[in-house]
Amino acid sequence: MKLPVKMTINGTSYSHEVEPRMLLVHYIREVVGLTGTHVGCDTSQCGACNIIMTGQAVKSCTLFAVQADGAQITTIEGIAKDGTLHPIQEAFWEKHGLQCGFCTPGMIITAYQLLQRYPKPSEAKIRHELEGNLCRCTGYHNIVKAIQYAAETMAGK
Amino acid sequence: MAATETRLFGAAIKRREDPRFITGRGQYVDDVKLPGMTYAAFVRSPHAHATIRGINTASAKAVPGVVAVYTGQDCKVGGLPCGWMLPGIKVPTRPVLAAGKVRYVGEPVAVVIAETPYAAKDGAEAVQVDYGPLPGVSDPKKAHQSGAAALFDDVPSNQCFYWTIGDKAATDAAFKSAAKVVSQPLRNQRLIPNAIEPRACVASYAPAMGELTLWVTTQNPHVHRLLMAAFVLGMPETKMRVIGPDVGGGFGSKIFVYNEEVAVSWASKTLGRPVKWTAERRESFLNDAHGRDHVTEAEMAFDASGKITGLRVKTHANLGAYLSTFAPLIPSYLYGTLLSGVYKIPAIFCEVWGMLTNTAPVDAYRGAGRPEATYLLERLMDRAAGELGVDPVELRRRNLIPPFTDGTPYQTPVAFAYDSGNYEPALKRALEMAGYDKARKEQAEARKQGRHLGIGVSTYIEACGPAPSAVAGSLGAGAGLWESGQVRVHPTGSVTVYTGSHSHGQGHETTFAQLVADQLGIPMEHVEVVHGDTAQIPFGMGTYGSRSACVGGAAIVLSLDKIKEKGRKIAAHLLEANENDLTFEAGKWSVKGSLDKAKTWGDVALMAYLAHNIPKGMEPGLEATSFFDPPNFTFPFGAHVAIVEVDSETGQVKILKYVAVDDVGRVINPMIVDGMVHGGIAQGVGQALWEHGVYTDDGQLLTATMMDYALPKADQLPMYESDRTVTPSPVNSLGVKGAGETGTIAATPTVANAVLDALAPFGVTHIDMPLTPDRIWKAVAAAKK
Repeated sequence: MKLPVKMTINGTSYSHEVEPRMLLVHYIREVVGLTGTHVGCDTSQCGACNIIMTGQAVKSCTLFAVQADGAQITTIEGIAKDGTLHPIQEAFWEKHGLQCGFCTPGMIITAYQLLQRYPKPSEAKIRHELEGNLCRCTGYHNIVKAIQYAAETMAGK
Repeated sequence: MAATETRLFGAAIKRREDPRFITGRGQYVDDVKLPGMTYAAFVRSPHAHATIRGINTASAKAVPGVVAVYTGQDCKVGGLPCGWMLPGIKVPTRPVLAAGKVRYVGEPVAVVIAETPYAAKDGAEAVQVDYGPLPGVSDPKKAHQSGAAALFDDVPSNQCFYWTIGDKAATDAAFKSAAKVVSQPLRNQRLIPNAIEPRACVASYAPAMGELTLWVTTQNPHVHRLLMAAFVLGMPETKMRVIGPDVGGGFGSKIFVYNEEVAVSWASKTLGRPVKWTAERRESFLNDAHGRDHVTEAEMAFDASGKITGLRVKTHANLGAYLSTFAPLIPSYLYGTLLSGVYKIPAIFCEVWGMLTNTAPVDAYRGAGRPEATYLLERLMDRAAGELGVDPVELRRRNLIPPFTDGTPYQTPVAFAYDSGNYEPALKRALEMAGYDKARKEQAEARKQGRHLGIGVSTYIEACGPAPSAVAGSLGAGAGLWESGQVRVHPTGSVTVYTGSHSHGQGHETTFAQLVADQLGIPMEHVEVVHGDTAQIPFGMGTYGSRSACVGGAAIVLSLDKIKEKGRKIAAHLLEANENDLTFEAGKWSVKGSLDKAKTWGDVALMAYLAHNIPKGMEPGLEATSFFDPPNFTFPFGAHVAIVEVDSETGQVKILKYVAVDDVGRVINPMIVDGMVHGGIAQGVGQALWEHGVYTDDGQLLTATMMDYALPKADQLPMYESDRTVTPSPVNSLGVKGAGETGTIAATPTVANAVLDALAPFGVTHIDMPLTPDRIWKAVAAAKK
């Protein structure tokens, strides 16, 4: 049995028939073909699969595709606009907030929502909000710096 | 070589890798999609130890979408090879798919190939395996005892090897005449690597060509190709191509050849279709090679002045159920050889029993042997300081090896000859940054108020850049450990660099471009770096042991030297000058004394390819391939300090300050080095406080998800304060030492020492890691009784 799903991802409308059990992250990666959203665990710990769904950063491994029917989704591929990097992306680059890059899409999505909610976050706030994202390379130091830097540049704009 | 003094070497240049990663355009193995691709799912043993009485695949084959089901009876390729031998070692066969018996939870038993990943999972669930459970053993010391479960008929007492290093008689004598002996049993607990990208592979066999292409999460594509083609699949290397594209972290776990890539390659060859497998995290916990897992008794002897006179170590090292690719190396030559640390120790004797148990194989994990040695030494130093009533820093100072920076190595009693070292300044700087003396006063004040501050100090030494090939060979290596570097200059003067080392987060594309542009005096944008594809790069040994810059970088420099030499001849020819009268600076050969007479890098590159006017007898073209075989390891060192507060009521630890002073020799890109130090510290802290791969006594893994295995999180860690001293290595032309593992090695004992320092008023002298709230609370409660 397959069910129809329709959603908008990064401004483009997609409709497919999928198995009800198909995870949203697999739909995004395998069916739509946007591979920037990653899978790093199977228990909703690592946050590599984070996307923005209807204004919320969510773990796309923890939703079925059919639950996202009708949703507006932004993935890491949709964060830069018209070829211009988002200030958060610039900040991760500038502050060396990534090494292997695998957790990075999820980190940027989390930072995106964090700075929407708290435009001037303290270091402690940033660290607390990153609790759902794991990075094994950076020790988080430069990720925190990158988000602080992004907050500054975004405030200046 | 004026060019090396220009600004690129040593500059914090932003990484050129990053634009693809921050926009979601990285290309990892799981992103590879091929026409006609099938998907693999593995059936894994739920038992630590069991006979396989039968496997029924009929219902799995009937699952819609399932293409094939294979067991160990079908996939009869060679066992997974072990690449390091020790004297008297017993090497049990490690089958790709278990046949007859399983020996650890998670061991692959069958593989299902299907049209979709979901159908493959359905198929795997439908495979019925009839197991006859056997008693299991997970502890390396218990595995040695009589009556313990036996893994292999031909490995008595589960002892895979017995290895020693050092002088037993001299060490025994030192202990006999010691003024003070400090002893401490230690467990260096099992860790599970957890690169955030799970392992994955895509194998595509082209029957018409007889060629196999394997995309795999690897730190060393050529090692994968060599071992798989020659020892497992039995095909010519020339018919196999291994690609390690963007790889999402390794930390050692992606060095090794695993069951899955072999099974998937064999299946692709058998089916004539591409096959993909991507680990679920639970599979990573079960079958990625784990790290550490030592049970040790250590004793240190001192004379009356607090100088170390001897060190005696007995370690049972857990190797897991089978030998992973480099397993025997880690608890032997990468452990016993580091037991002198930065200290002058006249006599050392170390015995290691390499034990097989019903657990996942154990191999190199970031630091690999060196963290175990450092933890042992640095815990003993703190224990000794406590017992001798000396400040821990003072005790360390008394025992430091004096500076040696003139190229004369320092010979330890455990084989290694350190390349260069100046240990005191790094310690001094770390203490300054941490405000050590002030912190001790604050600690005393805090204790009066019932608050428990702890100050932990650790020095460390690390051996990087494996290795002189002849030495490695004499010690049991199945490979030479040199590195290749090819530099190809194009007619316009732009350059492509091919390195045998591999980046899985280290930023080679930036660092090596920086190095080459610096040496040639050309813009970095004119340099491309290629790695990770056996069809493009010359044979190389890959990346581990912090070797990329000090071995791989040095190989690139050898090629640059050859190219500059040829370029000079062409320039001299064009300028009608004597080549000895030319200087090469800022991308230009000029005649000394008349600087207007010059040929640019581009002029020379173009002429090398036009070949209209080059010296008689010279071959056209401008490229070179070099292989650098280092004369010695490099030995980075440093000192770290942590200040923590322990809540004695809850056992919670808060890190208030973390200071790292490392000496990694000369630094190409300080931003990248700092980043690696940060990440290393987090992993080291993780071992000290949270991470623990726990097996039940009979071999069931209790920590097989990220909910059960505590990886460090952002809100548990502080900002790190770091600095460097610079003691160039004489071993390579760049003077670099290696920076990938220093943080992991130092941070574990630093934080463990800090926590135990905080608990000193309770009389608690040691707790085995991880120092979780539970363990701390229990130790404090027991001490209060």
